[in-house]
Amino acid sequence: MRIGSRLSTHLALAPALLIALVAYCGAMGWTIWISFTNSRMLPSSVFVGLRQYTSLMANERWQVSVQNIAIFGALFIAMALVLGFVLAALIDQRVRAEGLLRSVFLYPFSMSFIVTGLAWRWLLDPTFGIEKLGHDLGLTWFRFDWLVRPERVIYTLVFAAVWHASGLVMAIMLAGLRGVDPEIWKAVRVDGIPPWRAYLFIVVPLMRGSFATAIILLAVSVARLYDLSVAMTNGGPGIASEVPAKFVMDHLFERGNVGLATAAATTMLITVAAVLAPLMYWQRRQPARRPV
Amino acid sequence: MSATSREPRGRRPTRLTPARLGLYAFLIICALFFLTPLYVMIVTSLKDMPEIRQAHILGLPTAPSLAAWSKAWFAACTGLTCNGIRVGFINSLRIMIPSVIVSITVGAITGYALSFWRPRGAVLLFGVLIAVAFIPYQVFIYPLVRIFSYLGINNSIPGIVTIHTIFGLPTMTLIFRNHFAALPEELFKAARVDGAGFWRIFGIIMLPMALPIIVVAVILQVTGIWNDFIFGLVFAGRENLPMTVQLNNIVNSTQGEREYNVEMAATLLTAIVPLVVYFVSGRWFVRGIAAGAVKG
Amino acid sequence: MDGQGNVSLRGVAVAYGPIRVFDRLDLEVAQSEFLVLLGPSGCGKSTLLNAIAGLTEIDDGEIWIGGRNVTWHEPKDRGIAMVFQSYALYPRMNVRGNLSFGLKVARTPRAEIERRVRTAAEMLQIADLLDRRPAALSGGQRQRVAIGRALVRDAGVFLFDEPLSNLDAQLRSELRVEIKRLHQRLGATMIYVTHDQIEALTLADRIAVMKDRTFQQIGTPQEIYLRPANRFVATFVGSPAMNFVPGRIECGSDGPVFQSPSLRLKLPNYPFVQEPANASPVELGIRPEHVIVASDADDAQEVSVEMSEPMGSDLLAWTRLGDLPLSIRLPAETRLTPGDRLRILLPEHRSNLFDATSGARL
Repeated sequence: MRIGSRLSTHLALAPALLIALVAYCGAMGWTIWISFTNSRMLPSSVFVGLRQYTSLMANERWQVSVQNIAIFGALFIAMALVLGFVLAALIDQRVRAEGLLRSVFLYPFSMSFIVTGLAWRWLLDPTFGIEKLGHDLGLTWFRFDWLVRPERVIYTLVFAAVWHASGLVMAIMLAGLRGVDPEIWKAVRVDGIPPWRAYLFIVVPLMRGSFATAIILLAVSVARLYDLSVAMTNGGPGIASEVPAKFVMDHLFERGNVGLATAAATTMLITVAAVLAPLMYWQRRQPARRPV
Repeated sequence: MSATSREPRGRRPTRLTPARLGLYAFLIICALFFLTPLYVMIVTSLKDMPEIRQAHILGLPTAPSLAAWSKAWFAACTGLTCNGIRVGFINSLRIMIPSVIVSITVGAITGYALSFWRPRGAVLLFGVLIAVAFIPYQVFIYPLVRIFSYLGINNSIPGIVTIHTIFGLPTMTLIFRNHFAALPEELFKAARVDGAGFWRIFGIIMLPMALPIIVVAVILQVTGIWNDFIFGLVFAGRENLPMTVQLNNIVNSTQGEREYNVEMAATLLTAIVPLVVYFVSGRWFVRGIAAGAVKG
Repeated sequence: MDGQGNVSLRGVAVAYGPIRVFDRLDLEVAQSEFLVLLGPSGCGKSTLLNAIAGLTEIDDGEIWIGGRNVTWHEPKDRGIAMVFQSYALYPRMNVRGNLSFGLKVARTPRAEIERRVRTAAEMLQIADLLDRRPAALSGGQRQRVAIGRALVRDAGVFLFDEPLSNLDAQLRSELRVEIKRLHQRLGATMIYVTHDQIEALTLADRIAVMKDRTFQQIGTPQEIYLRPANRFVATFVGSPAMNFVPGRIECGSDGPVFQSPSLRLKLPNYPFVQEPANASPVELGIRPEHVIVASDADDAQEVSVEMSEPMGSDLLAWTRLGDLPLSIRLPAETRLTPGDRLRILLPEHRSNLFDATSGARL
């Protein structure tokens, strides 16, 4: 029976093992390999060292992508964290219709990025969207054409993404808030500490785990940003809202430059690993909540 | 309130302090911010084009009609063909149902094997799975395309189902493993003493106890797979494009005048399935997030 | 701090939705008194304490502290300080921070804060822990800090919510003594909630025994122990537990007599609350240490020893009176073997009679 169970276990793990070896490690390795070749439409086996990478760095579209993702990442994570936490803290104040409010804040997370992108594209449309709304309400000076202004368009993506993800952050923060020892709240009331001070100095430091989890999840979706930019602006106007993931996809399939694309993908991989590894290491070092 | 109006006794009269008022005001404003896109989509889809051009985006439709919905469903143009988005809806179903079943099955078995049986190298395998969950898909896509076309399953339903299984494996394994690991080990030991083997313990003891986490897994996968865009685009094949891809084609490849009401209707039709899942599942949805969010 | 410490509950009612938890409760606590709310879990003692603190709203009645009607006041305005079961220390602040945070928020001048922190730290022997974080303290040290946080508030009334329940037995007795010492030194009013009857008996000036959200008896530890008002109080307080012998009261020519199949006890001087009815079913309660082991008296009963439990300081003998178990406390050196026969007396003035159905004291 022991041997039989051994066999069964290995059999059961076979799909996962196959996937891990071929689809994960194999594919990743192959991608990295191709980035060192001069592949164009199809993979070639001519080794060219770091040439793809140098042309990547010099590529204007890539430079714009990197700049965009940095701005997007910083703003998106900061705003989603703050909004999500504030919403969680407010809802935790024993408000009425708590369930209803939570549903309202969380439903965007259930929607696809394509749907999100299209909805916000329509809302911010310079001709028909809120700019027109402002004019119709009599504010003829009102302008909101960020969607077509190259230097502002990335912020529209931030709005849409924050709308999508704040509910998730709120849910994580609410769970963290509910894990705080209720007697601390009592002590706060007896000591007469005003709520905002209690949150800032006592509760937030207690919720490092929740913040870490939220940041990690948000960071992962920053790296994955593709659907939203395709739906909302398709990289436009021009290349003003290009993002790395879209760069890779475009060059893999439409522009037929597999070598350049895989170099870009590998760069993304290294960046994500460099950012997330210390973050996760830090999260693991957080002491498990001990009753104090 | 004058000092002698009431002697304090029993419940304090609830005064709406400015702080409390501000709290509700802020929450209501935020709620409006969250609801506006949905509202705008709905009202736009019920208007006709002249009204869209004249009136502003927040106005209610003067003569609400489902014409745009009908057109979106039956006759919208996705690229060259104009058969409506219902084609995409059916494709999404054809993709989603097998993908959900296969990915959850593989994830459950893997999670089970890693939790109780812990063969050699289990920790390493689990670590690889978790690490992959954070890596952008673009790193894997091209080689997978080449492998699939070599195997002849590129641009097909089996292909996309396999892809969803591959990329759903980390999360599915994680939640099932965590769930099983939290069950008392005595249960497992007692079953082994009774002589039950790997599959029998799984089928008869563990699976029935995994009902809650299966519900969570279904919610996560249904939502994730229905909302997927990038894999459908690359692996499904032109005849099997899911609804999200069709939707993007409708909106982004229109020549000439754009029919915003049809676009909005199509968008809403794409959003309906996950929204319904969300509202029906309620607390389970949040549990799903919590389960998927607790990485390691 | 004179006159700031008396607490008065008048007709207090608390309800959770349609369920009435308390109904018209009255309680008076005098200045400088140490009152213990004692009872099993679920009896409502913590709810009552929270109501006094203002952490739970009451639905009817008034709460007066220090001569002020504080029914509608926030906890911070009631002149109270509170110590919690889980200490509830602010985890990311050091001890000094924990002690001074409330005062800082109340904009107390810095010199005053330092004076109070120093005084409290010295009183509780935590002066050398001021720079440590709660995670680096032991359970007993954390509890001292929690008490210290209450001390610096300079309040007239201290509320304790089962503060020693999270500590092991030895720490518990150490801190118990500390709290009593603190009370003597400060002279402040203290209301203390616990389910541990030993804590109640050692600390209290008065004990309020609670069950099912009503007061069963309020009195000094002596009264509660020697003259419990009903069967519940008699069983809950005192360890090892009181012995009970079911029987009847017979009113004859010699006065009332307790009659049971194996025991007959004359009760000429028993202070009955009201005239007992003839043949009324009762239970006779007597504590193990009050059973007199006498060899010669004529009305002595005979019991047979079944087994004995040496308890260190004395010996608990489990005997049989007829077919009823009877436990007797004996000196630790007593030599007993199962089967031995003892002659015992049950003194009338240490007997307690309870109505067999209602449990009330007769």
